[in-house]
Amino acid sequence: MTFLTLTGIQKQFGTTYAVHDFNLSAEKGEFVSFLGPSGCGKTTTLRMIAGFEQPTAGTISVGGTDITHRPPNRRNIGMVFQSYALFPNMTVADNIGFGLRVRKKPKDQIRKRVDELLGLINLPDKGGRYPYQLSGGQQQRVALARALAVEPEVLLLDEPLSALDAKIRVALRKEIRAIQRQLGITTVYVTHDQEEALSLSDRVVVMSEGRIEQIGAPPEIYNFPATPFVASFVGTLNLLQATVVDGASARLSVNGQEIRGARAAAAAGQRVTVALRPEAIELGESGGTNLLRGTVEDVSFLGSIVRTRIKIGDAATLSFDQFNDPGLAASTIGELITVSFPPEATLVLEGVASVDATIEQAIAEG
Amino acid sequence: MTRAPEAIESIESIVDGSPAALQRKSRRGAGRLVWWVVFLIGFLYFFVPLVGTFAFSMRSQPLFSAYAVVVDDPQFLGTLFYSFLIGIITIVASSILIVPTAFWVRLRLPRLRPYVEFITLLPFVIPPIILVFGLLRSYSGDPFPLAGSDFGSNVLLVAAYVVLSFPYMYRAVDTGLRAIDVRSLTEASQSLGAGWFTLLVRVIFPNLRVSLLSGAFLTLAIVVGEYTIATFLARPAFGPYISLLGGNKAYEPAAVSLISFGLTWIAMGLLGLIGRQSRQKIQVAGAH
Repeated sequence: MTFLTLTGIQKQFGTTYAVHDFNLSAEKGEFVSFLGPSGCGKTTTLRMIAGFEQPTAGTISVGGTDITHRPPNRRNIGMVFQSYALFPNMTVADNIGFGLRVRKKPKDQIRKRVDELLGLINLPDKGGRYPYQLSGGQQQRVALARALAVEPEVLLLDEPLSALDAKIRVALRKEIRAIQRQLGITTVYVTHDQEEALSLSDRVVVMSEGRIEQIGAPPEIYNFPATPFVASFVGTLNLLQATVVDGASARLSVNGQEIRGARAAAAAGQRVTVALRPEAIELGESGGTNLLRGTVEDVSFLGSIVRTRIKIGDAATLSFDQFNDPGLAASTIGELITVSFPPEATLVLEGVASVDATIEQAIAEG
Repeated sequence: MTRAPEAIESIESIVDGSPAALQRKSRRGAGRLVWWVVFLIGFLYFFVPLVGTFAFSMRSQPLFSAYAVVVDDPQFLGTLFYSFLIGIITIVASSILIVPTAFWVRLRLPRLRPYVEFITLLPFVIPPIILVFGLLRSYSGDPFPLAGSDFGSNVLLVAAYVVLSFPYMYRAVDTGLRAIDVRSLTEASQSLGAGWFTLLVRVIFPNLRVSLLSGAFLTLAIVVGEYTIATFLARPAFGPYISLLGGNKAYEPAAVSLISFGLTWIAMGLLGLIGRQSRQKIQVAGAH
């Protein structure tokens, strides 16, 4: 059953559109992430759900009730901020109990609920501390508990892990997901980190320039990007310029070397872009029927994988990954090698010029 | 970065003892001497009048009799109490006016900030005598004949002092607001169900405690010593009392001055004591 619905949401600042025709239906208990580069409108959309911004057009409803024009303090929507936003003058327990005190709940009930939440965030003995006495990760957990204390209908998280270091970020995102599952609360999570969005969410909404590019489950977004932007923004992607040799049989030419695409392409002679994930390519000829030969340009050791970049002809470069193995003989720079991949791994994207523009912009922003 | 050449210089002077290095060293010594001389002049500038005032007040015989006279004078305590009371009411009224204004300007109307700042600086431009004449002219007759009664005059006095407190209170509060993440704290409390009143009373005011205290202290110091407005409104305040005393007695005004200095220092000490803990708390939390 649809619980959180955004219909035709628009937000205009002067003459520029921050958000354009945004439609989303989230189920009860679903974890939805808004993913995109900065300035793509994801935070503005979140702030409209929270009530801190008013949409120029469109409606927002929670549980069937239209809340578009309700002030933020009457929406019952919890929010966790990037900057934690804990009240510096209150202890951890007072912070968590703030929403309940505002609702004039009995004292013993507040104390019970605060203890319960302190247990939930694994900080049972920190109730008497002040925010400044806690680490960043602990402060964000308190902020999460504070948002959950009032049992909100929807939980919003605005890049909650951005200010934390890498290890804590991974640990805390697991914790957030576990708590969210346990409580079954409908959650919207804003992030520019694709790994975070893919690992946490039931569904990901990829946004660019105020518009939704694609909505889908993480594997769908990663494996079947609907637009060139999604393909470039989610994951590392090889983009090869190719010419269509025969559209019906999806035969393409990359710098004179012929490959086959997964599905029928445009008319013969047309320029297209072929997108390929590094992990779909294998060294040698055993990876699939498509073969490409090139000169090794760079070999980077990334811990569990080794990424090799080869140059095909004059212009095209292609990166591929191999699992690190002590016995692995890495390619040497300048070596001429063959790589292979199946036709299903290729994704033919049309509109070469716009692809470049979108990707360049995404790289510049993200 | 700028320290690096200095460090190299001092190492040079130790290692080579060259005339150039020694010259640099002596120049630095001279610089330090100038600094001490300036400090001493400053110290004497503030301290000598106090010592002089104290010495003068001790000329009355027996010793400390001027102080005894002052403390025994019921008017001294009466006027001092009145001025402190008016000062506290002023601080409360000023806080109620300034905190929401500064908060709203910072949160929603940042473009108005220069204009609001200008308005708060007006008391420095308009002399109190002009202010009090304006008040008397406006509120002596209908429709608001406030100056005719004691209560009305007290209201006018507090109103005038609130205006005088603007520069100190607004600046202090605005600096305090800059130190906390006003927008996030506002949104956090709103998302938890708080309205504007709860937000101001439970979140904004408590986090501005230190700033409010410093603004309040300055306001109190000004109100307790204020003469012009209190005199023209015929209020039994401490400023006119000192003036009256100065016209009639020799040693007692000096004693009163020193007592009010003492009270000022006590107030400052209290401020430092209360402020130290919460300042640390707010700064660390505000720094993320």
